[in-house]
Amino acid sequence: MNAIEAHNLWKSFGPVTAVDDVSIDVRDGDIFGFLGPNGAGKTTTIRMLTGVLTPDSGSVRIGGVDILKHPLEAKLKMGVIPENGTVYSDLTAEQNILWTAKFYGMDRAGRKRRCDEILARLGLLDRRNDLVRFFSKGMRQRISIACAIVHSPPVLFLDEPTTGLDVYSRRLVLDTVRYMNKEGSTVLITTHNIEEANELCSAISIIDRGKIIATGSPEKLKKRFDTRRFIEISFDQPVGEETFRTRGFSRAEPWGDKWRVYTENADHAVKQLASMAEKDNLTIVSIATSTPTLEQAFVQLTGGA
Amino acid sequence: MDLRLFAHSVLMVTEKDMRIYYYKGSVVIFGLLFPFIMFLTFFIGRNLDVVLFFPSFLGMMLFFSASSTGPLITPWEKRERTFERLVSLPVIIESIVLGDILSGAIFGMAITTIVWIGGTVILHLHLASPLMLLLALLLGSLTFASLGTLLASPATETPSNIMMYSNLVRLPLIFVSGIFIPLSQLGEWAWTNELSPLTYLVDLFHAALTGDAVFPPAVDAGALLVVILVFIIAAKIIQQHNLVSGR
Repeated sequence: MNAIEAHNLWKSFGPVTAVDDVSIDVRDGDIFGFLGPNGAGKTTTIRMLTGVLTPDSGSVRIGGVDILKHPLEAKLKMGVIPENGTVYSDLTAEQNILWTAKFYGMDRAGRKRRCDEILARLGLLDRRNDLVRFFSKGMRQRISIACAIVHSPPVLFLDEPTTGLDVYSRRLVLDTVRYMNKEGSTVLITTHNIEEANELCSAISIIDRGKIIATGSPEKLKKRFDTRRFIEISFDQPVGEETFRTRGFSRAEPWGDKWRVYTENADHAVKQLASMAEKDNLTIVSIATSTPTLEQAFVQLTGGA
Repeated sequence: MDLRLFAHSVLMVTEKDMRIYYYKGSVVIFGLLFPFIMFLTFFIGRNLDVVLFFPSFLGMMLFFSASSTGPLITPWEKRERTFERLVSLPVIIESIVLGDILSGAIFGMAITTIVWIGGTVILHLHLASPLMLLLALLLGSLTFASLGTLLASPATETPSNIMMYSNLVRLPLIFVSGIFIPLSQLGEWAWTNELSPLTYLVDLFHAALTGDAVFPPAVDAGALLVVILVFIIAAKIIQQHNLVSGR
């Protein structure tokens, strides 16, 4: 079953089409990454998925509940960490979490227990009675996360949750995402941090200029761009480009004291380079094959944005 | 729609408003101090009977106090970036509108009740109809809390602008409602008092405290009910439009 189903979402602001026929299906239990350059339509899409913004057309179902027809019931199934949203700075950390838990209908004992558990997990137990206005950005974000997960939501939305955070807070956020996923939450996370998505997600969609341009697992997306693989090789003595051209390599370029040889078949190319070195009496000093990265896929898909 | 869920969401918004906004400076200034200062400005040095003037003063107190929290809440939340989070919680626009109105109404009722009790103890005021007083407090607080929420509905992130704008609407209402200037002295502007919801509230307070009202209580109550509905629907339409346009 799909935890999130969004079909044919459209949204325009005046003459600008921000989201253009976007469809997303997120399987139960997945961590789904929603990638795209700035202004690609990630936040507009997530705002429509979470009921914050009304789409011009299209449908959104959360855990099988249509959010446009039954917003209260659908929102009960989700926790949201908005990019442009924060917690109440006039309330303490604990008050923010308890009030949010009460919103989701948790009983008093359950609220208290869960609040203690989350504050401890996020390293804020000793700051529970401090007003959030005195917190750093990272600490506020942790409270924001605490509020989003206090009711153990079946679906968790995170919009750029690590932007601008220090290393410690970032790590804590990512660990919490993994923890929530293990606890049973399906996660949809938007980010422009490719490595973060690569590290966390089991499936990814890339959006650019309001349109989904690729969907699949990170590995699948990387493989789509495997044609750009190259081998970096260096010899004990200088060689010229013709050395490679005469062996059938269409493209080779100097790269520092090495050569980058581009190929579609890394295995065949490595064997050929070894045989070439043997024949030309060259000693191979170093050789390495590149692994295509998600970043390369992203950059190619989004036109080098 | 699950009505229990909806009612819960309204009460949760009200609880949040009461915890955060009752103590804000602008609510204290425009909701409490302002009507007292207005009262003193017009009362001191004039040969007015405080007992006769008291229903008007109560009306003004309820008017300012109930309408003081509403204009602050939504602009404040948009500026502080808490509105986005609030909308993503299990709420709909109606929950936010009604929750904000309820918090303003409770504030107005509480303050006005304290003032009435204080006035009754000090001035030994007569009470002609306790039920009428309750009706006046209830309808008046809802009317002006709705006005406050309606004033806050246009998309803005600057609370001070909305507070200024709300006073531009509120102050003229004071002068056309027969509070400081007797209706008989309004001259060619006399027709305007019937357009002001405050006129009907003050009239209800007169009916409750002195038993001496211009309109029948049913007309006052009916007029206030219509105004409440108009304000709520208008606030809902504007906020719904904001939600669609992403503001």
